[in-house]
Amino acid sequence: MKFRLSRTRVPLLATSAVFALFYTGACMRYDGFFSWTVFVNLLHDNAFLGLAAIGMTFVILAGGIDLSVGALVGFTSTFIARLIAHQLHPLPAILIALVIGTGFGAGMGALIRFAALPPFLVTLAGMFFMRGLGFAVSLETIPIKHPFYEAISEFSLRVFPVTALLFLVALIAAVYVAHYTPFGRAVYAIGGNEQSALLMALPVGRAKVRVYALSGFCSALAGVTYTFYTSSGNATAGTMLELDAIAAVVIGGTLLSGGVGYVFGTLIGVLILGVIQTIITFEGTLSSWWTKIAIGLLLLGFILLQRFLQSSAGRGGLGVANPAMARP
Amino acid sequence: MNSASVISTDEAPLLAVRGVTKIFPGVRALDGVDFTLRRGEIHALMGENGAGKSTLIKVLTGADRRDGGEILFDGCSIDPRSPAEAQRLGISTVYQEVNLIPFLSVAENIYLGRQPMKFGRIDWKQINLRAAAALKRLDVEMEVTQPLNSYSPAVQQMVAIARALDIRAKVLVLDEPTSSLDANEVGHLFAVLRRLKAEGLGIIFVSHFLDQVYAVSDRFTVLRNGKLIGEHEAAKLPRLELVAKMIGKDLKAVEEMSARRGAEPVRTAHHPFLRVIGLGRRGSMTPFDLTIRAGEVVGLAGLLGSGRTETARLLFGIDRAEAGRMEIDGKLVTLTSPRGAIGRRFGFCPEDRKTQAVIPDLSVRENIVLALQASKGWLRKISTQQQQELAENYIKALGIATSDAEQPIKLLSGGNQQKAILARWLASHPRFLILDEPTRGIDIGAKAEIEKLIARLCSEGMAILFISSELEEVVRDSHRVVVLRDRKKVCELTGDQIDLPSIMQAIAARADE
Ligand SMILES: Nc1ncnc2c1ncn2[C@@H]1O[C@H](COP(=O)(O)OP(=O)(O)OP(=O)(O)O)[C@@H](O)[C@H]1O
Ligand SMILES: [Mg+2]
Repeated sequence: MKFRLSRTRVPLLATSAVFALFYTGACMRYDGFFSWTVFVNLLHDNAFLGLAAIGMTFVILAGGIDLSVGALVGFTSTFIARLIAHQLHPLPAILIALVIGTGFGAGMGALIRFAALPPFLVTLAGMFFMRGLGFAVSLETIPIKHPFYEAISEFSLRVFPVTALLFLVALIAAVYVAHYTPFGRAVYAIGGNEQSALLMALPVGRAKVRVYALSGFCSALAGVTYTFYTSSGNATAGTMLELDAIAAVVIGGTLLSGGVGYVFGTLIGVLILGVIQTIITFEGTLSSWWTKIAIGLLLLGFILLQRFLQSSAGRGGLGVANPAMARP
Repeated sequence: MNSASVISTDEAPLLAVRGVTKIFPGVRALDGVDFTLRRGEIHALMGENGAGKSTLIKVLTGADRRDGGEILFDGCSIDPRSPAEAQRLGISTVYQEVNLIPFLSVAENIYLGRQPMKFGRIDWKQINLRAAAALKRLDVEMEVTQPLNSYSPAVQQMVAIARALDIRAKVLVLDEPTSSLDANEVGHLFAVLRRLKAEGLGIIFVSHFLDQVYAVSDRFTVLRNGKLIGEHEAAKLPRLELVAKMIGKDLKAVEEMSARRGAEPVRTAHHPFLRVIGLGRRGSMTPFDLTIRAGEVVGLAGLLGSGRTETARLLFGIDRAEAGRMEIDGKLVTLTSPRGAIGRRFGFCPEDRKTQAVIPDLSVRENIVLALQASKGWLRKISTQQQQELAENYIKALGIATSDAEQPIKLLSGGNQQKAILARWLASHPRFLILDEPTRGIDIGAKAEIEKLIARLCSEGMAILFISSELEEVVRDSHRVVVLRDRKKVCELTGDQIDLPSIMQAIAARADE
């Protein structure tokens, strides 16, 4: 990936440094922090956040926002649990949920594209709608009891958490999509300058719809992961998850205005949020509110860093010369 | 090669526009326009700022939808709904202003949307190799993996051209592709255009540089106020007649206009306003001396990358000088930021209007009063009535084509936006004004008006540093010309020494001579 300039990589490097700092700091301070189990648990505990954040990365890269993420997680989890409670096998239930999530995202994308509505409002409406739909399915937590789920938790305990596995596979797929497919590059272009992307003959409208469909799919997958994680479905699952996802994406170095960022950065962003949480658990005496305070401060720091980089980029753009341009 | 360009004229034209109309609120940008493009010809679209050239191109290429009329491509009626559709039909376009993605690499910008694939993934190696080759064909050698926005507007323009040339097409459309290029680059571009023409492409070309238009075009279509004025063979239409048709005046008025000469001698009584001694910065400019007197226009000439913009940035405090000193009115000062410069009543009209100057959603009036208001401080608000007067004055003086001063500036044609930005700086009455390519994309009629205005401001005591790739303009307007080469000041010409041959010679002379 030698195509991105160092300036866009600065936030990524900063995030990685912050993660390394927190992680090594915690390893030195707490016995038993530096262990395979703790690290795998980090992935396991944050898998559904990570999945939602991957979808959010694409949306933000394209210059948009998706607030319906958390609500979709809640809906998906209750919906699957309900279907299984009605004797449907989990596999088709999951499949149906994924199709609904993707279709729902595509629908919001179509509204944003064809009615030219602002993404913030469309997805805000989507959030209320989905949260409501989740409660319509069930007000209570629905436990899932099925051999399939038992097998999965068996596998997770003995071999490797399925949740973490899903997250990592999705991550690799997302890196591929972002950097090695024309769709992924179109997403960057649209976030960079939508008008130019249009005049460069890119399929801007189609890519926009697809980006929200992708985010819907990722959120639904996050909902599936939630059912694996808790063996239940709950309409309140994923409350405020969209905000955590946005925080992870921004801390991961993606510009909120779009066009610049890395999927890999989002992984680090998620891990940072996770590590803070874990540290506070290990500390024992600290209230969990400290997580929020730490995230708030970090987020502020990264926004300031981005602003600084942008303004220095703006100045650099004032007709910087081109030492590289030689003429025989 | 040669025989390919001889194509019988009775076969259906490549592109035929019949009675096309485009209406924007308040203007008929195109009013029943006909236009015919043949195979193997370069056809120039001519007209003043706001005549409708870009609108015609946008309608042809699906960026705007037409309100009436018909477009025939290869004999079939077409109605492209997006640039993507037009490109699929075989129309490749460079729109006015650089329309690329700033954060992505140069190579990616050339292949975005048409990436070579290998094993189901984008083949980045191919992209970089091919992009370098595509630029090489235009005689540009650059680091193609660098992000686009690390390069100057001129280089970005070359990248946009390279992209369009690389697309297999039957029609190539270039809307003011040369507005910030110098003679060298233009030469390479034209060589490529002639080759493509010989291969049978139809090429639509827009430029306000008459020399270029005559050098490369076979025919002209002239537009004025959205109406077709006529179609002419280039060889049969003398220059002045072309201008007369464009601006809608008779031949005599145009002859008088072109007889006028710019820069009158400065009265020597003026004291040096700004003096820099040994000002320099590593990697940007070798230390140089420069004196600018009040009431004087100093022209800055040199090739792309010779250090013109860098000089301006040093003087304006955007880049910090690492060496040398600067005196204003004989007093030593240090400039460390543009704010400091503005505080000393400097003004800087930057080269890149799209990203650095125009505030698209503000009205023409607001864009014009911006710099004046800023220099007064935001607390001392200029009254609305004063603002309106000021805006109206400049709209009239520079002939800015807009339905009224309250229209958002983004709806103006490219050249008219540039006029408004120039008006912004002229209206702020700085003591020292740096103009970096101020007349880019401005038509000849308006250029004459701007030159008059500059002369008047100078006679009132303003000092101006005038940067332009159009040497004729530098010659016409400057009292003194500083020539740069390879980021060094190589000579300074005054008075009668200022003529085209001497400047060209100074630019071209080799460093070791
Ligand atoms: N989106 C728009 N809304 C309203 N008016 C518009 C819009 N686009 C263009 N116009 C108007 O249409 C007219 C023609 O503009 P156009 O851009 O075609 O001019 P042009 O011939 O390309 O000029 P230039 O030489 O300055 O580029 C202008 O008066 C302009 O203000
Ligand atoms: Mg135009």
